[in-house]
Amino acid sequence: MIASPLFRALGRIRLDPWLTGLVLALMVLGLGVLYSAGNADLTLVIRQATRFGVGLSVMLLASQLSPATLRRWAPLVYVAGILLLIAVLLVGVGRGAARWLDLGLIRFQPAEAMKLAVPLAVAAWLHRRPLPPGPADILVVVVLVALPAGLIFLQPDLGTALLVAAGGAFVLFVSGLRWRWIVAALAAIGAAAPVAWGYLHDYQRNRVLTFLDPSSDPLGQGWNIIQSKIAVGSGGLSGRGWLHSTQSRLEFLPEPHTDFILSVAAEEFGFVGISALFVLYSAILMRALWLALRARDAFGRMFGASLAFLFFLYLLVNAAMVAGAMPVVGVPLPLVSYGGTSAVTLLTGFGIIMSLYSRRKLLAD
Amino acid sequence: MNGWTAIGGADAARVGQLVNRRILLLAGLMLLALALILARYGQLQLIDAHEYASQAENNRIRLRAIAPNRGLIFDRNGIALAENRPAYRLVMVRERVPELDPALDAVAALVGLDREEREQVRLRVLARRPFQPVVIKPDLSADEVARLALERHRLDGLEIEPYLVRHYPYGEALAHVLGYVARLDEADLARLDGDNYRATTHTGKLGLEREYEHRLHGTTGFERVETNAQGRTLRVLERRAPVPGDNLHLGLDLSLQLSAIEALGDLPGAVVVLDVATGQVLALVSKPGFDPNRFVNGISHADYRALLESRRRPLFNRFLNGGYEPGSTLKPFIALAGLEAGVISPATRVFSSGAFRLPGHSREYRDWRKGGHGWVDLSASLEQSVNTYFYELAHNLGIDAISRELALFGFGQATGIDLPGEYRGVLPSRAWKQRTLNQAWFPGETVITGIGQGFMVATPLQLAQATAMLAARGRGVSPRLVRPEAAAQRVQHATAHWDAVFEGLHAVVHGSRGTARAIRPALRGVEIAGKTGTAQVFTRPEDEARARAQDELPWYLRNHALFIAFAPWDAPRVAIVVVVEHGGGGASVAAPVAAEVLPRALQILP
Repeated sequence: MIASPLFRALGRIRLDPWLTGLVLALMVLGLGVLYSAGNADLTLVIRQATRFGVGLSVMLLASQLSPATLRRWAPLVYVAGILLLIAVLLVGVGRGAARWLDLGLIRFQPAEAMKLAVPLAVAAWLHRRPLPPGPADILVVVVLVALPAGLIFLQPDLGTALLVAAGGAFVLFVSGLRWRWIVAALAAIGAAAPVAWGYLHDYQRNRVLTFLDPSSDPLGQGWNIIQSKIAVGSGGLSGRGWLHSTQSRLEFLPEPHTDFILSVAAEEFGFVGISALFVLYSAILMRALWLALRARDAFGRMFGASLAFLFFLYLLVNAAMVAGAMPVVGVPLPLVSYGGTSAVTLLTGFGIIMSLYSRRKLLAD
Repeated sequence: MNGWTAIGGADAARVGQLVNRRILLLAGLMLLALALILARYGQLQLIDAHEYASQAENNRIRLRAIAPNRGLIFDRNGIALAENRPAYRLVMVRERVPELDPALDAVAALVGLDREEREQVRLRVLARRPFQPVVIKPDLSADEVARLALERHRLDGLEIEPYLVRHYPYGEALAHVLGYVARLDEADLARLDGDNYRATTHTGKLGLEREYEHRLHGTTGFERVETNAQGRTLRVLERRAPVPGDNLHLGLDLSLQLSAIEALGDLPGAVVVLDVATGQVLALVSKPGFDPNRFVNGISHADYRALLESRRRPLFNRFLNGGYEPGSTLKPFIALAGLEAGVISPATRVFSSGAFRLPGHSREYRDWRKGGHGWVDLSASLEQSVNTYFYELAHNLGIDAISRELALFGFGQATGIDLPGEYRGVLPSRAWKQRTLNQAWFPGETVITGIGQGFMVATPLQLAQATAMLAARGRGVSPRLVRPEAAAQRVQHATAHWDAVFEGLHAVVHGSRGTARAIRPALRGVEIAGKTGTAQVFTRPEDEARARAQDELPWYLRNHALFIAFAPWDAPRVAIVVVVEHGGGGASVAAPVAAEVLPRALQILP
């Protein structure tokens, strides 16, 4: 037996080969689409690949964390996140909306971390409490979710606020929340929607309104939706072929390499390509959920599943927006859109899921 | 539930199952949601694909029209009379201009638009669709081009565009023949084939430019270009070159035209020179003219008003629209009618006492010479322009025979020259008078028709046509600038009749008593036949006395001088008509112009 240190180190790696392989396949495909959407600019692809490298490293590190550590650090991470969100509101930078903290060396988006921290905190809290949760616990969870979501909404960043809130709500739901509470919550949301409308910024309202009727403003707000639908629809069954998206090359598509990269993929690879991509996404999602289901305890399952759910939400919101089935919100296509922030968040989530799964046998030990 | 402080074994299993059930439930919902979104893509990409594909094509493919080059116009020796000169113009595309008014202000300062022009430009820009280029200022000077180029960085949506501008090198001399092109307006677009004018900015408004618009314009070409979202052209997918318009080759001779203008001197008037054999126009003058180049780029209101209000009426096309009493120039045609009807023979003699009275009437119709001309035959009465001879002849002929004869020579009808807007003149007849004045014809009116007065109105072109037909002994002549048309015989008379009239007209110039004998030296040996005429500006009898002392009248009240002629008299090749407005007598003012022009005209014909 060769008991080299390398082998021992490899033996300690807790990556799930299926999930890792599927994610890597998605990233490679994503780089291919990015090359086309970025007008065959190789530097864009290299920069994105570098970010993937960083993300995979973080995934590897996250996979080493033990569930107990995660649970122990949950309150601290949560409180730190809240403080950073407050700091963003006070000294944040960014165009239009202040979302970033400038730390000199790197720029950090605390709201992004909250996509992980809020479900973590909720799962950690509920883990110590009897399930299904009672009214007091539900109230605690609502506060735990509403506080960061509210702070993020104030930045203003409606999309992220909703994602964070959805992550927390997801954990609450899978914790076995009784149906009567669920029905009551849905009714409350329905009743609150008109009130919430009043609190939205004009541009946010415009997005919703133009979504409902893009032709009302074809050169302004509606442009994105119209051009994206044209790109998708003109792809047809089999697409125009790689590097042949006219909508992107001729600059009709807004942001073809970031939020609307799926339009490019749809135009170039058609319905066949989109279907294949959805199969790949579904496979990743199912594998992640399967891993979460096998976690040792309720905390692991709830938290792990919420991370898979986050991945799903990104996909759902982005794909629906590109197809004109949702208002334009700044949510990227997971692991394909150009940009490092969401990739690092999602890969961290996958790392955590793998770590939760890899500790499943500890229960039996 | 309240008793729970920790999760026991059985509870843990129960809770674990609860959580798992919920996760599985949500997993199913997630797959369902993805399936629904995928279905949405299926709808876009499979069911509506065709429509979106065509929208994508419309996005990127633009059809861009390319204006054809306008055909040139040449004289008979190949000298260009209308040409296309390279120039630069300033063009604006509204949708690329950040803000219209500041941009217009900046441009107005750079190229010197006054407030009125600036406002006109603004209205033009707003009238077009936002992506259509609009000409802000045509024909930029070199200075303006340089200034604009310097300021280009802050003039988004404005471009300096090379183009060809119509140019008339001989300006005023040919304005009434060539006409001019000017900016297309809505009325033009309604009249013309819109598709073929998609890139065209100018169209013929007057003269040959208007008459031959369909041939001069050419066929618009197009480019199918791929543009990006900003409308910038990335590449040309397909191109069909424009087909330039046809060139026009005129029978007109520039040097003859210029010498006719010079011969007219300062007086307003018209000269028409026709090739008797073909009807081709050799010279066609209406004086004064105007500079057509000023209309090409849009003439200012003030300048236009000045032209309109000028007493000399430079915009008035005298050869085409000027209606003149033919006066004594009508006598040869009356003579032919009389010969044909048998009312007179060449030898018929009439006594001129200086005044003629209708039987039973007291009104006197005078000869121009006091005391009359004595006994005269046809030849002598033409030579000396004896009114009494023609009073009597007309009276004996009657208006119906006169009208019939004059109609054969084309009076009262358009000549059909290839110019737009020709005036038909007036050929009086019983029916005409009944129709227009609702009155019966009076015998006295027949008498004065015999010397070309009364209701009779002819244009110089009509007179020229009739003169050329006379010279051709009745063969039809259609005056044409571009394409001569052979014509059939239209007037049938005995050779002896033609000879008699020819002899009389020859004597007008070459006879010892001829009214135009003074021009003989200027003819340089060419023998011509002609007839002088004087058209009264006053036609009421009570004015006649005053009209006698022509020299004492202000110029614009003096009589018009007319002269018709053809040469050589025995084998005519060229016919001419000269009208000098307010020139006084035809013999003294109009005939010398013809004497100047006719020998030259004979030289240019092969």
